[in-house]
Amino acid sequence: MSESIIQMKKVNKWFGEFQVLKNIDLEVEKNKKIVVCGPSGSGKSTLIRCINRLEEHQEGQIIVDNNELNDNTKNIEQIRAEVGMVFQQFNLFPHLSILDNCTLAPIWVKKLPKKEAEELAMKQLEKVQISDQALKYPGQLSGGQQQRCAIARALCMEPKIMLFDEPTSALDPEMIKEVLDAMVNLAKAGMTMIVVTHEMGFAKEVADEVIFMDEGMIVEKAETKEFFANPKSDRTKLFLSQIL
Amino acid sequence: MNKLNLLKPDLNNLNTYLYAGSFLIFISLLDVFLNSFFAINVTSYLPQTISFILPLFLGFIGLHLVRIEFTGIKNLDLLNKNINTTNFNAILTLIIIFVIIKSIPPILSWFIIDANITGDTKEACTGSGACWTYIKIWLRRFVYGMYPNAEQWRINLSFISLLALGSVGYFATEKFKKYLTLYYVVIYPFIAFLFIFFFISGGPVFFEFSYGIIAFAVSIIVGFFVPKKLKVWYFLLVPIILYISLKYFLFYEESIDLGKLNGFNWVETGAWGGLSLTFIVSFFCLIFCFPVGMFLALGRRSALPTIRYISIGFIEFWRGVPLITVLFMSSVMFPMFLPEDFFMDKLVRVIIAISLFEAAYVAEVIRGGLQALPRGQYDAAKSLGMGYWKMHILVILPQALKLVIPGIANTFLALVKDTPLIFVVGLLELVGMLNLAKTNPDWLGFAMEGYVFAAIIFWIICYAMSKYSYNLEIKYKTER
Repeated sequence: MSESIIQMKKVNKWFGEFQVLKNIDLEVEKNKKIVVCGPSGSGKSTLIRCINRLEEHQEGQIIVDNNELNDNTKNIEQIRAEVGMVFQQFNLFPHLSILDNCTLAPIWVKKLPKKEAEELAMKQLEKVQISDQALKYPGQLSGGQQQRCAIARALCMEPKIMLFDEPTSALDPEMIKEVLDAMVNLAKAGMTMIVVTHEMGFAKEVADEVIFMDEGMIVEKAETKEFFANPKSDRTKLFLSQIL
Repeated sequence: MNKLNLLKPDLNNLNTYLYAGSFLIFISLLDVFLNSFFAINVTSYLPQTISFILPLFLGFIGLHLVRIEFTGIKNLDLLNKNINTTNFNAILTLIIIFVIIKSIPPILSWFIIDANITGDTKEACTGSGACWTYIKIWLRRFVYGMYPNAEQWRINLSFISLLALGSVGYFATEKFKKYLTLYYVVIYPFIAFLFIFFFISGGPVFFEFSYGIIAFAVSIIVGFFVPKKLKVWYFLLVPIILYISLKYFLFYEESIDLGKLNGFNWVETGAWGGLSLTFIVSFFCLIFCFPVGMFLALGRRSALPTIRYISIGFIEFWRGVPLITVLFMSSVMFPMFLPEDFFMDKLVRVIIAISLFEAAYVAEVIRGGLQALPRGQYDAAKSLGMGYWKMHILVILPQALKLVIPGIANTFLALVKDTPLIFVVGLLELVGMLNLAKTNPDWLGFAMEGYVFAAIIFWIICYAMSKYSYNLEIKYKTER
């Protein structure tokens, strides 16, 4: 039995009156790849944003790598440094070159010497195949390139967990593949990943488990094959019939 | 030959229309030109109204005749496309051209042709134009205020040195580039302060404060070699100990003959004035109000209620009171609250007052920039493990400040133009000196020249600043 790196117990969260997360129970084991899917507004993004505390949950327990996240968490920055995140809108820093985007956090947060950080960054950029764009600015790159850079930037912190918040939703169909390829490579390298996505092909290829969410609840959680072959709940069946 | 339709010029009779139109335009411009430059009214035999309207009418018809699309003549097409698109635009264009032609001769004659610059008394000004003699005679006062003539080289030298030191950024090699920010934010203002304090002010202050300066400088230099662990304690204690020991042991005031070591003659700040004072006040206010404004902007968006409410209160207070009141308070009310033996120079008080006042505006401008940034930038920075300060210094502020360069430039220009208000506390910068000079019994009646002179000087300063801010915008533009 491998250890679980993320534990969520009875997590509830409200935005004002509106409850976005209802009684979420989730355990993610090390090196597992989880795909979270569901209709928009179902709380998928909020769920993974809670994992690195970009959103604060109001009830329940979230434990990431043996650290509980709550108001008293002093080392929240340290935990975030171990949890990489890739956003739908890339969120690269437009005032810095691609290389500087990747080296900024390693130099200032992890205190790596500049030279080492640059070598590391070039290695990661190599992996996502944009090392030749390293000196350009984000605004000069295509969406797919920007998103791959964002992946490289997160990887430069050498995180234990990677969170993907709809990484391909803002991309042209042609560019989706290059980003998914980068993610598949990462998955094969054994990273623990939680991916919110509508790309069912990607889910089938790499996911160990698929979670289906609706209205803030986890409706169904199953092994990938099981999930696609015989979904249990009617809501999941409906969703799958529409999306596939 | 095709039939001519004067209401609808077309390509068929291009040349006819073109010649006729050009001729009419030429006639109308010539008429205005002669009228304006040589006071000849060619159409004087006509009734006055018609004579007045005629050039406009002729020019209008001329422009109408040449308004033919796609002639293939490049300049004509350009003209039609840009300023001769409709009858209304044609009339506007003509009026603007006429006004310019009309206004050139009086301006020229006032500024140059009928102006006087020779001589050195009021009587030398015999022409009807400007009396630049007045500016010439008073120039020293306008630039240096009441600063003694014999000592003015100190101001010149200080400003030239500071200008030279300020331009090192252009010559810095790649190796030193990373220290430039530190240099401009900390070291340069400090050097500027030293120059002004010791050199322009001079006098016994040279020794009263030099202990502090020496202690500060020495401890910083030595501080580079102190082990990291001890640095905090070192910087907390050593400068103070050094300062006290210097003051009470080494330079004990009675043990040295102050008279011999006075350095330069003391010139009190009340005597400073003119353009140099404008520069001094603007320079220090710009330098101080910016960081204060930045912290206020961050404070106003802070999650901590105390800091937020203090910032809001501060900003709203300073934005709510007129600058003139602030200055008055700083000079009249403020000293009442100070202990009796505590003395703060009027100029210092004024600079602090203006800085705080403008900081409130700068804060709001910067806050606008902070709010314009997408939330994703904060998320991304946080998700990389950056804390509040790292996030703001490395990610948020560089982008926000870049966004608000025009707004900041705006505030800074307003600040420079607000400096004349310091007359309320008796400090006379450029405009203050003008006001003083125009009431001089020997030189009554030249207010106009003085204000024009001040306007030109201020325009040059402000235009340079706005150009510079525009260059910065281009320099830091990385998107696309």
